[in-house]
Amino acid sequence: MNLLPYGPGAVLAEYGSLAEVMAVNDALRTCGLAGIEDVIPAARTVLVRFHQVDREALEDLLVPAAAAPRPYGPTVEIPVVYDGIDLDSVAAATGMTSEDVVEVHSSVVYSAAFLGFTPGWAYLVELPPSLRLPRRPTPRTSVPAGSVAIANEFTGVYPTVSPGGWHILGRTTAAMFDVERSKPALVMAGDRVRFVPA
Amino acid sequence: MIEIVNQGIGSSFQDLGRIGYAHLGVGRSGAADRASHRLANRLVGNVESAATIETCGGLNVRAHRHVTVAVTGAQGVIEVHHGPPMAVNAVAHVPAGTEIALRPPDEGMRYYLAVRGGFEIDPVLGSRSFDTLAGIGPRLEGGARIAIGPDPESPMSTDLAIRPPLSTLVHLFDGPRRDWFTEQAWSILTTRAFVVSASANRVGVRLCGPALERRFNRELPSEGLVEGAIQVPPDGQPIVMLSDQPVTGGYPVIAVVAPSHVPSVAQARPGTELRFRHSAG
Repeated sequence: MNLLPYGPGAVLAEYGSLAEVMAVNDALRTCGLAGIEDVIPAARTVLVRFHQVDREALEDLLVPAAAAPRPYGPTVEIPVVYDGIDLDSVAAATGMTSEDVVEVHSSVVYSAAFLGFTPGWAYLVELPPSLRLPRRPTPRTSVPAGSVAIANEFTGVYPTVSPGGWHILGRTTAAMFDVERSKPALVMAGDRVRFVPA
Repeated sequence: MIEIVNQGIGSSFQDLGRIGYAHLGVGRSGAADRASHRLANRLVGNVESAATIETCGGLNVRAHRHVTVAVTGAQGVIEVHHGPPMAVNAVAHVPAGTEIALRPPDEGMRYYLAVRGGFEIDPVLGSRSFDTLAGIGPRLEGGARIAIGPDPESPMSTDLAIRPPLSTLVHLFDGPRRDWFTEQAWSILTTRAFVVSASANRVGVRLCGPALERRFNRELPSEGLVEGAIQVPPDGQPIVMLSDQPVTGGYPVIAVVAPSHVPSVAQARPGTELRFRHSAG
């Protein structure tokens, strides 16, 4: 673990694996340490924003404990029409047919590691290694809401129209975020997700 | 009741932001110049967390009852019809029927209009701030009539606030990825002038200046951002993130603007030259 400076109101902790990030995120979310305002986990880092926090206690919490397996949340099923603009290029890059890509992507039960980027954007892990590709070299300036996409070790759904560099496999009509719902984010960290071809 | 006659440019309800929702991917938002937002509320005797209207000018409102208001932030002309004259950073007691129009600012970018009692609008996820990036929060629309909350029955200790002119010398702390950049890049950042580009909004302010060079060109996995973070994309031109920043970003953060200096960046107009100094504290 590496502690990096981030001004007077935040600290960024960097880890070697997503598993450590998830363990530290869980610990921080349940610790009740006074002064913590926001915890922002990402692929290899956890950012903590605070106001007058016990710095020593915080730094203790940032050390990943022996990973207790995270209990899974409910399983969310997301219907997908697999007609994405990048389906063929992903097939070419992975040496599969488009049908295989769909079969592999929809056969896995994913789990949501964390939410970030924009409201309701859940980073889903357990993507089969055969589908792992780096982000597109040039991001698109506009990706439609509901796009189901992959990049690196993650898959996910664009909740709103936004710029983006992931490979788009398909689309869903599921609303990933809606402030009118009692639970605004359709998928929360810890939930499991299945993509169901529609 | 206050009626929004004309919503003007870049106008939105704002408060101190949405804290504790980052785990849903929801950022803070809130007044881009928090110091001016707080001041407007203090002038009219509100709690500092009451909602104000942030606007880049052109906002025109009509009071439907007697109200106490204050405008802070940018400097510019306030036109008043059917009421006593007004100036920025001063308390005004305006009778029913008064129309207040904020002209485009002469100095600074954003005004804050506070009304004693606060704008009574429903919070969304714990805040009355409109997040322009995420599209979350109460919308301010022309023609709307906004209820005013009960009188806070607090004293108003002053009629007028004296504010120093906007600073263009901005203090910085080390950012988490300072070591991704050359020593020369850091020295350029802390000695040379950077010009605020036309690409400046509540999400961030893109600066133009000598390119800040990286030591190596690898991809950074996205990581958390804070207001004031200075991200540097591959073109070497820094971007200072403001209140509607995304929760995470994919460019290395070389430095962080001191929180007390973020308002100076939020108020800097395109063409303004900013200089940065490393803060010891």
